[in-house]
Amino acid sequence: MWLLLKYTLLYSCVLMLVALGGMFAERSGVINIALEGIMVIGALMGVIMINVLNAAGVNPFLGVIITILCAGIAGALYSSLLAFSAINLKADQTIGGTALNLLATAVAMVVAKRVNGNDSPKITYSSNANAVFNSNDFSFQIGPLTINWFFVLGLVILAASWYILYKSRFGMRLMACGEHPQAADSVGINVYKMRWAGVLLSGVLGGIGGMAYVVPAVGDWNFEQGVAGMGFLALAVMIFGQWKPLNIALASVFFAVFRAMANIFDSIPFLASLHWPKEIYNMMPFVASMLVLAFTSKKSRAPKAEGIPYDKGSR
Amino acid sequence: MSKQNKPSSPLLQKTTASMTTFLASLACVVIGLLVGFIALLILGGITIAQGGGSVSFGELIKITWEQGFKAILQGGFFKTANTMGMGVRMEILQAAPLIMTGLSVAFAFKTGLFNIGAAGQYTIGAFCALYCAIVLKAPWWACLLAAALGGAIWGAIPGFFKAFLNVNEVITSIMFNWIGLYAVNTMIYQGGTGPMFNSNTTKTFTLKQASPDSLLPTFNFKSGGKDYFGSMFEPSIGIFIAIAVAILVWIMINKTTFGYELKACGHNKEAARYAGINEKKNIVLSMSIAGALAGFGAGLFYLSGSKEWEPLVSTILPATGFNGISVALLASSNPIGTIFSAAFISHITTGGGFMTAKLFPSEVADIISGVVIYLCAFSLLFKGRIMKLFTRKPKAVKSTSNDNGKEADA
Amino acid sequence: MEDYVIEMLNITKEFPGIKANDNITLQLKRGEIHALLGENGAGKSTLMSVLFGLYQPEAGVIKKDGQVVSIKNPNDATALRIGMVHQHFKLVECFTVLDNIILGAEPCKGPMVDRATARKKVVALSDRYGLKVDPDAKVEDISVGMQQRVEILKMLYRDNEILIFDEPTAVLTPQEIDELMDIMRGFKAEGKSILFITHKLAEIKAVADRCTVLRKGKCTGTVDVAPTSVEEMSRLMVGRDVQLTAQKDEKVPGDVVLEVSNLTVASHVHKNNAVKNASLTVRQGEIVCLAGIEGNGQTEFVHAITGLDKVVSGSVKLCGKDITKASIRTRSKMGMSHIPEDRHKHGLVLDYTLEDNMVLQTYWSKQFQAGGFIKSRAVRDYANALIEQYDVRSGQGATTIARSMSGGNQQKAIIAREIDRGPELLVAVQPTRGLDVGAIEYIHKQLIAQRDAGKAVLLVSLELDEVMNLSDRILVMYEGEIVGEFDPKTTDVQTLGLYMAGAARKE
Repeated sequence: MWLLLKYTLLYSCVLMLVALGGMFAERSGVINIALEGIMVIGALMGVIMINVLNAAGVNPFLGVIITILCAGIAGALYSSLLAFSAINLKADQTIGGTALNLLATAVAMVVAKRVNGNDSPKITYSSNANAVFNSNDFSFQIGPLTINWFFVLGLVILAASWYILYKSRFGMRLMACGEHPQAADSVGINVYKMRWAGVLLSGVLGGIGGMAYVVPAVGDWNFEQGVAGMGFLALAVMIFGQWKPLNIALASVFFAVFRAMANIFDSIPFLASLHWPKEIYNMMPFVASMLVLAFTSKKSRAPKAEGIPYDKGSR
Repeated sequence: MSKQNKPSSPLLQKTTASMTTFLASLACVVIGLLVGFIALLILGGITIAQGGGSVSFGELIKITWEQGFKAILQGGFFKTANTMGMGVRMEILQAAPLIMTGLSVAFAFKTGLFNIGAAGQYTIGAFCALYCAIVLKAPWWACLLAAALGGAIWGAIPGFFKAFLNVNEVITSIMFNWIGLYAVNTMIYQGGTGPMFNSNTTKTFTLKQASPDSLLPTFNFKSGGKDYFGSMFEPSIGIFIAIAVAILVWIMINKTTFGYELKACGHNKEAARYAGINEKKNIVLSMSIAGALAGFGAGLFYLSGSKEWEPLVSTILPATGFNGISVALLASSNPIGTIFSAAFISHITTGGGFMTAKLFPSEVADIISGVVIYLCAFSLLFKGRIMKLFTRKPKAVKSTSNDNGKEADA
Repeated sequence: MEDYVIEMLNITKEFPGIKANDNITLQLKRGEIHALLGENGAGKSTLMSVLFGLYQPEAGVIKKDGQVVSIKNPNDATALRIGMVHQHFKLVECFTVLDNIILGAEPCKGPMVDRATARKKVVALSDRYGLKVDPDAKVEDISVGMQQRVEILKMLYRDNEILIFDEPTAVLTPQEIDELMDIMRGFKAEGKSILFITHKLAEIKAVADRCTVLRKGKCTGTVDVAPTSVEEMSRLMVGRDVQLTAQKDEKVPGDVVLEVSNLTVASHVHKNNAVKNASLTVRQGEIVCLAGIEGNGQTEFVHAITGLDKVVSGSVKLCGKDITKASIRTRSKMGMSHIPEDRHKHGLVLDYTLEDNMVLQTYWSKQFQAGGFIKSRAVRDYANALIEQYDVRSGQGATTIARSMSGGNQQKAIIAREIDRGPELLVAVQPTRGLDVGAIEYIHKQLIAQRDAGKAVLLVSLELDEVMNLSDRILVMYEGEIVGEFDPKTTDVQTLGLYMAGAARKE
């Protein structure tokens, strides 16, 4: 049970970070379907950095911090491709995002093969990651539960997101751009700038989320599968969470339970006794998200101007 | 009121429009290839440097060209790979399903829907085709129909979600991609006991052994007095079926009332409703047909007998599904255009596999295709530029009269 | 030397294919109310957008207090203390009134918005000018009148001294209009200068000191309002004497065509019903007009009749047959034509060619379809015939993409399509919205021709002049209920206004 809790916390943290990222982008008016690809890039950066830093003998705690930063920066850089096409070139945001998803997997495979120096897109880092994430430098015990500082970081980001969105000037202007960019423009807010900010924020959080999904949980990663749909689940979390930080946090826990089961179902006696194939558990979060969306979507209220390129000239 | 500009001939207009569309796509392709070349250059340079070798820039370009980029440009025709027509066969076999997934995406686009679920529909189609073939020993045409039906059901679900529950079809399609993949793997594998699963090869049974009747017929042609394809490497007629379907889809979209309704829904859902068109029915129908096309494509591929399904290693969605998006975009959703754009994508991905793997990973072809979609997303911009080259004077787009919507809508 | 607070000298602004402003000069004196008069599309909004920094002119200069200034964006305008109430309000609907007022000029403590300070200032302004608003209400929940007050408060909050009102009265009742005039006079008394954009002459007479008139992007003159007659200004506006009173003969209505009983329709925006227990009949050979302020249930009422919206309760009968639950296609086959409120949203598939749009309601009929295939030859011939008959003008004739046509010609195409089907009932919703005088006259004639041909016409209009001119009977709708029925010959605009504002009702 503690294991289930541990993985649930980890995955809810990942989903929440990425979904919060999606929230910032969509609140500014840009649909970020490229979250999946951004996560891939973040994850790729993460595994490379953790290997490199460990080989260089950097202090584990510092190493993790640098890794997180690099993953965030990589995500932001990658998301700028989306921002450029969606905001400056007024391209179709869904298509642009899809392109970036496909591109990310292709790039990750090419890079992974180069890093490995052979034809395998799987990067191994387990010894390095374990050394870091399970070390006392980066985790602490609450009873039988090991919690790493990553979880704390997630909570901090959640609080910060709520504060930024609802209390700060930036958040107010961001939301105005996603709801009614013409209104924002008419009071002198630079819609393009705000949307860029929204997308870049989503890139940072998506990159960190991608790294957090891959590095602490498993010991090696095959980049052929990208991040196996986790970015899309985060989008579902965001919709289920109605583009609101606290709801997103709750929604991410809900989805994380299903995702965690796929990892550890055979170590839970009840589930193991069912003898269901692993694929069923893999499927579960997606089925759950469909059910949830089917029941909630009628009431769902997306930012009004999301997906619509803003053209200053046409008002 | 408006002074009419001298009406130019409609035919000329149409030609100009399709010309610009073509040039815009061409620009996407050229830039995509350029990015691919640069990627190869960098990769080659790094690998050689890692291996301790050092080459001049000129030599590097030569290596990149000879061992990498040339293969991509020549595709299946790349000399070392095309013994007994093998390379060309590979390209033809891949092009057929690509045309179909491209049509699938293009068809949905016409109705204003983004069918990102072609991959999942393709997966289900593959399962249905293989089940009919291996378990039911059905003839090939029945297997193809089953594949289309399976894809249609898998496409109808997101359509239903969109029409009746107001869930964005993009999200639903993606979710059902994964659900479909996991479901198919489970059903084929069944813990190693599945009737279609050959535990010796960890793949599905080959059709040659299990059900030769289910294989698509093959074709060959004479080149210089000899058969072009070696007797072992005759490609299936799938490519011709795919081309025929593309023409049928073109007719359906452009000449029928059904196509008129679908396009009306795609351009303006509200106006379609106003005109008495049942837009919900049309959304479901459109997604079903799109799904059927993708599923049919899987049938064409797996009934060609060149590949089996591997439930244990198929943890990723079939690339043919996503490449369908590139195909459709590159063709500007024109069904006839998908034939050519599918040929192109098949060409470069086949060629990608022929590069010297040690230096150049074959996924560079995927990078090119990704860049092409990215560019296509804003190819409207290219179109505008190209249009300007064609038309000297400003077009009479906004009427010259002053009662246009601009003011009133401002 | 006059004391001009703003001068716009020789402004030219072009859009692709159209010169929206052609060498226009407008000078605003300090402390005056200056009207900007012109038809729809004359270039008024464009000129104001230039002043407000939303557009950059190709030629011309703007002076503030005699100094040349450059206004690149709304921030520059705000810095020069120029404010604007846009024709379509620029309010974020899910924000509160307070947040909307301060957006873009938020008082801050660090990165945080200091809402307490902002609220004090807003409440003070609201009290001082009698602009009653609820700072905590969400904009989507408040009335149109209050939304306008929020827009005005936005300007006051920024201490603007030059106030632009872009068609502010279009959405208001006559009584609310009077209130607005008082508020504007109050601003004038405080020394603020006002630019008032309108195409209604009576309002100019009531409140403005001077008036600049635009026609087709050109300035046709600036006059002092007091000594100038309404007729003279009207001539400057349209370039000729217009007879806006449509000529129509007496006619005795025939059988009942449309019978609506106790109709209730749900709203898409709020939880209450948009239409409540409304009944009406329309007979052959009469134009029945449904009047009211925008957003009082007319749209939903029409949608229920035409089948675009579901009915909660009540019934709709067409020619004696119950069609309450009939599909849109069935209604259309039974002889209902519908000129929709929003020609871009419902009336046209903008990316279709004109010919494809001409058969939007009939593409399935034997005339245009055989065995599931469209008879493109027949479609082309039919479209050409309609284009000829209804004088629809476009760049490439039948093959023109509808999007590229002018609003007036788009509307003509819709009217051609709907009338040519030979309907029993014609439902026309704001058929002249946003059109110039020529097109309006044409459309009025067509509607009257339908009436004279013995058809039933249900007209929904917000323009009281149109209502008074065209209808045989007037029904006023207020908050989803029909609150009164009038004969245009025995009533006047003021009376209608009282009913439209809910200040009076007949039982």
